[in-house]
Amino acid sequence: MAEPRHRLMEYLRSEIMPHRFCEGCGCGTVLNAFVNAVEGLGLEPTRMVCVSGIGCSSWIPSPYFKSDTLHTTHGRPIAFATGVKIMRPDLTVVVIAGDGDVAGIGGNHLIHAARRNIDLSVFMVNNMIYGMTGGQAAPTTPRGVKTTTTPYRNVEPAFRAADLVVAAGASYVARWTTYHVFPLMESMQNAMRKKGFGFIEIISQCPENYGRRIGLRTGPDFLRQFKEQSIRIEKTAGMSEEELRDRIVIGRLCDRDQPEYVSQLHQIKQEQVAAVAQEVAG
Amino acid sequence: MTSGCGSIEVQVSSSGESEGGSGLIYIDGDLCKGCEICISFCPLKVFENSEKLNRKGYYVPIVAKEDECVGCRLCELLCPEFAIIITNE
Amino acid sequence: MALDANQTRYLSRLEGKTYFLLGDEACAYGAMFAGCDFFAGYPITPASEIAEMIAEELPKSGGICVQMEDELASIAAIIGAAWTGARTMTATSGPGFSLMQENIGYAIMTETPCVIVNVQRSGPSTGQATKPAQGDVLQARWGTHGDHNIIALAPNSVQECLDLMLDCFDLADNYRTPVIMLMDGAIGHIRERVTMPQLATITHASRKMAAPGEDVFGGSDLVPGMIHYGAGQNIHVTGSTHLANGMRDVATPKVHDVLIKRIYAKIDKNRERIVRTELDVAQNSVARVGVLSYGATARPAYGAVKRARGEGKPIDFLRLITIWPFARQQVAEFAENFDTLLVPEMNLGQISREIERFVDCRVVSVPKIGGIPHTVGEILHAIREVA
Repeated sequence: MAEPRHRLMEYLRSEIMPHRFCEGCGCGTVLNAFVNAVEGLGLEPTRMVCVSGIGCSSWIPSPYFKSDTLHTTHGRPIAFATGVKIMRPDLTVVVIAGDGDVAGIGGNHLIHAARRNIDLSVFMVNNMIYGMTGGQAAPTTPRGVKTTTTPYRNVEPAFRAADLVVAAGASYVARWTTYHVFPLMESMQNAMRKKGFGFIEIISQCPENYGRRIGLRTGPDFLRQFKEQSIRIEKTAGMSEEELRDRIVIGRLCDRDQPEYVSQLHQIKQEQVAAVAQEVAG
Repeated sequence: MTSGCGSIEVQVSSSGESEGGSGLIYIDGDLCKGCEICISFCPLKVFENSEKLNRKGYYVPIVAKEDECVGCRLCELLCPEFAIIITNE
Repeated sequence: MALDANQTRYLSRLEGKTYFLLGDEACAYGAMFAGCDFFAGYPITPASEIAEMIAEELPKSGGICVQMEDELASIAAIIGAAWTGARTMTATSGPGFSLMQENIGYAIMTETPCVIVNVQRSGPSTGQATKPAQGDVLQARWGTHGDHNIIALAPNSVQECLDLMLDCFDLADNYRTPVIMLMDGAIGHIRERVTMPQLATITHASRKMAAPGEDVFGGSDLVPGMIHYGAGQNIHVTGSTHLANGMRDVATPKVHDVLIKRIYAKIDKNRERIVRTELDVAQNSVARVGVLSYGATARPAYGAVKRARGEGKPIDFLRLITIWPFARQQVAEFAENFDTLLVPEMNLGQISREIERFVDCRVVSVPKIGGIPHTVGEILHAIREVA
């Protein structure tokens, strides 16, 4: 009998599948959740622009997702995406990139995009390491861990990027892991549907360049860890910093309505064009 | 089929479709990278390891307990490779 | 692309009129006349006035002006916006120009049209922030890593700050490349009389557009057609080495060879159409001494040439309007009969190095740094030493 084709293959550049992600890598799962989210929302890929930086997770949209894509320089996808969204506010602009890219080198752009509350969705795949370059310590690597650039131990605490984004002023912020795929998919839909800056921190696994050095050699090893380490934000009431230090707080961190950046820019433009028209006519 | 000691004949895995079952779960063996996420996380333990190798040398899981599947689609969504297709609702 | 109704309506109030403006302000109006749609920038002396004027004027013509969090974000935003079909620009000075280099390379590699104004100030580093210089000339050519080509123009008057912006945007669209407007702080911050162009006398180049399905990053022409975002063509833009259809291929040496050489040749093989210079030869005698200059320095240089001619010395004068690609043919012809070619620059001799490669005569650099342009007397003194 004829072999069935995955219904979501039409959203992918199927001619280059299977993709290049390692076995058990979380990137494939994030791509899966993303495509499901797009399908579920009824979004047309022809009305989307996906922007990414440099790193394994930046390959999620480019080249694998079949839409207009922009594969930029390291740390800068949010800034590039800002230009796209300002000039084409009618398109759904999504940024998918890694923790080193978005919250490390690109941290400044993340802060200000959240502050502006620009109508972008940013899905930051956080595998707690610089995976593509071989496993160097990232701002999100937990304290004490040995990596290729912290061969003795990492003395820095891990960055909780989603918390920073809430404080900076984003409209919608959530954190999930690649184990919690159903709520992850729903959050992606919420972020893309909502006008304003939507940010999802997706804790993900890198078995090849991180996991195998810390005793988590496979995808399932990591997912079991994520499942155990995670705690729903609703359940953290009354818990101390110390108790939460080694937990992954998952769920919706904020959901609020605020003035959006791009629409305000266009408002000014419309006001000024009208003023000139009046001046010329009168 | 594998041959005798010392060598394994690589075979193309065509599908892990459940035998004699409802046709619910299909595994595209050529896409699978043997990560075992489906085996580990199916709530009903429907998948199992096998000795079926695909073209790239990965062991492709088989659908061992097709009657247990309730169609939750967790495997389909978790699979990093888009290798699992749930064909019936 | 032609001006739209909002732009035309806005400009109709200005065309043909004469104003007294800063070079920076004239640059801003030049962008307006060029049909700029989007500006993203960051404040920096001596370029801030460009952003301030554009912030006020651009929305009136239907465009959008934003201030980004830094220069890296500014150049990134204008590249992203360019892929939606907009004419985009940014403006900065040395330190910001240094920050922009990586993404300038990205614009070159992805063949994205955009305009970057660098109002040069005295460096390196923070240097003399408020004082002019011409120290970024070689950086404009080679600031970003890898083999590449670039177009850079240098105005020598406030009027040229306006006029050359029209050229910058046209060159960017015609050759699908970033174009650098190399102003210097001396021109950026003086006030002179400017006449706004008549709309009927100016034309705007349009980007060559590819048909659906055609390759956007290669093909038989040196400049491939473009397809903008939102056209439903799944355009794949990447800074990695890529095939003609935009898909990444870093493993095949020939792919990189073909791509980089074509991008290089786009400008290299079109020098005749791109390079502009201004020549003024001595009357009645064959000159054995010449003076070559550009930007603000060209003004005292020309003044010195006229004084020297008044003293009976036949001196030829060449002004570079296009700095890059280098006017090697024009310079070689200019210097054919010379014993000596004097090159005054507000740097330690950046263009004089380039000139030496193409002329047989002696090249004498007349450098001046410290933030004050050459005087006529200083250059005249240099002429008297050799003529």
